[in-house]
Amino acid sequence: MAESYIGRTVAEMAAALRGGRITAVELAGQAIAHRDRVDGRVGAFLARTDAMALEQARAADERIAREGEAAPALCGIPVALKDVLVLEGVETTASSQILKGFLPPYTGTAVRRLLDQGAVVIGKTNCDEFAMGSSNENSSFRPVGNPWDLERVPGGSSGGSAAVVAAGVVPYSLGTDTGGSIRQPASLTGVVGFKPTYGRVSRYGLIAFASSLDQIGPFTRTVEDTALVYQAIAGHDPLDSTSSPTAVEDPVEALRSGVEGIRLGVPREYFVEGVEPGVRAAVETAIETLRSLGASVEEVSLPSTDAGLATYYIIAPAECSSNLARFDGVRFGLRVEEPSLLQTYLRSRDAGFGPEVKRRIMLGTYALSSGYYDAYYRKAQKVRTVIAEEFDRVFERVDALVCPTSPTVAFPQGARSDPLAMYLCDVLTIPVNLAGLPGISVPCGFSEGLPVGLQVIGPRFQDARVLRVAHAYEQAAGFTAQRSPLALEAGAA
Amino acid sequence: MTLSRDDVAHVALLARLGLSGDEMEHLGSELDAILRAIDKLNEVDTSAVAETAQVGGLVNVWREDEPSESIGADRALANAPDREDGMFRVGAIQE
Repeated sequence: MAESYIGRTVAEMAAALRGGRITAVELAGQAIAHRDRVDGRVGAFLARTDAMALEQARAADERIAREGEAAPALCGIPVALKDVLVLEGVETTASSQILKGFLPPYTGTAVRRLLDQGAVVIGKTNCDEFAMGSSNENSSFRPVGNPWDLERVPGGSSGGSAAVVAAGVVPYSLGTDTGGSIRQPASLTGVVGFKPTYGRVSRYGLIAFASSLDQIGPFTRTVEDTALVYQAIAGHDPLDSTSSPTAVEDPVEALRSGVEGIRLGVPREYFVEGVEPGVRAAVETAIETLRSLGASVEEVSLPSTDAGLATYYIIAPAECSSNLARFDGVRFGLRVEEPSLLQTYLRSRDAGFGPEVKRRIMLGTYALSSGYYDAYYRKAQKVRTVIAEEFDRVFERVDALVCPTSPTVAFPQGARSDPLAMYLCDVLTIPVNLAGLPGISVPCGFSEGLPVGLQVIGPRFQDARVLRVAHAYEQAAGFTAQRSPLALEAGAA
Repeated sequence: MTLSRDDVAHVALLARLGLSGDEMEHLGSELDAILRAIDKLNEVDTSAVAETAQVGGLVNVWREDEPSESIGADRALANAPDREDGMFRVGAIQE
């Protein structure tokens, strides 16, 4: 029997595949077995794609035998995909009843690029319905447990994608981040989560929530793995007119540079009331580590940070109300048949959408409606400009910003039933989306026995620099070696 | 800012959401609370800035108008709740 690679990294698996120490078929078998061992408790998987995975794994083994070292980094490596990313022929629901049974007729670009590298897909992951939420409790199917403590949330909206990496089922997964939906769950589950610059990764084949904010990115156990996945999915795509035609800097090469001489800014507004003392302490220690590695550290100010949440909760619902108009019971998804078309719309959408989705559609429709557009939507788009310009000014003085990802560690399931309390989860991640910047969360220790994340933010299109700072910190701190109890079960390495 | 019941019903109709009376009541008070929090927007001076249109720095993205393969009618219709003769089928549009 092959050695267990559960809990190992992409880079370790890729080396073992090339060294003939394991096959892609064996890796897929181990991932599927570990998934089936733990997922009854975690609840992170929706569709399972075992037959497809074994077929992809067999093809990957042949490709590695043929191409050897030249085979792509992700060839033969198991992966799971957030259920807002379409994969042809595999049920994709966005965790919503309105899309139950939907079989996409095509595959999105980011997923296509993974498949082109020889990726092995073992399933789709649970998330908040249409990626709207910060705890995964808004999934219409079931909540997801945090692998560090199953009674607690894994964060959201990409809670399933975070949990499957934290539980050691797969070495990487894809999620999406509209207001923190990759970085916040990464922070709460002790893994690395990266939101690239807006426009770096094609959104073609991503079920849209808020198109000016959405971005696809990876969850991994190390920053090096993040660089490998980012390299695979980044780059211009003619099928997404908002994807950037500028060249992608080599993110793997950038990791070698270290942080000697790098100027880091610490935004004082990110350490305000609401940030738990244990989170603050872990992040401050991390910043000291970066200083000891040769980075300079200075305090900076982003005065309009406080208005970020309000700005987001106009713009994101406005775009959502428009994007989700397509779910009308005509071309796909749930239809509740009524005598008239209008009644069919009303009943289908009422039956198909959950409470948070309805709340946001209502809020967005209101903000865009005649008489309120200027006061809410136009005003929010102006404040967005102010927030983005404040970042631009700060980046004239510093190379990157460091701060907490989430004000708190993972909280108990059911603890935040008030929508406004839930929205506060993303107060430190939302401004990054509003300004279109790259941001990463990297594990930086524990508070109350639960993981804490350090957020690194860079200027637009300086994704490689963000990875470089995070990698230097990770190498010095070594927190990535920490594994959740579930990742350590049953022969994990 | 307080939303009246008629306001909520109007927005629900615009959004094509057939909400129940209870849902309408509940959402109305939640939206009120959220809109009060959103008033924070007015604390930011925006007199000197334009609204954001796009954060990626792109302006007017063009491409050649060349025919290419499409997914075809069968696959486009495959998820339709009801179809007939290569078309989506719906109920009466006019009363």
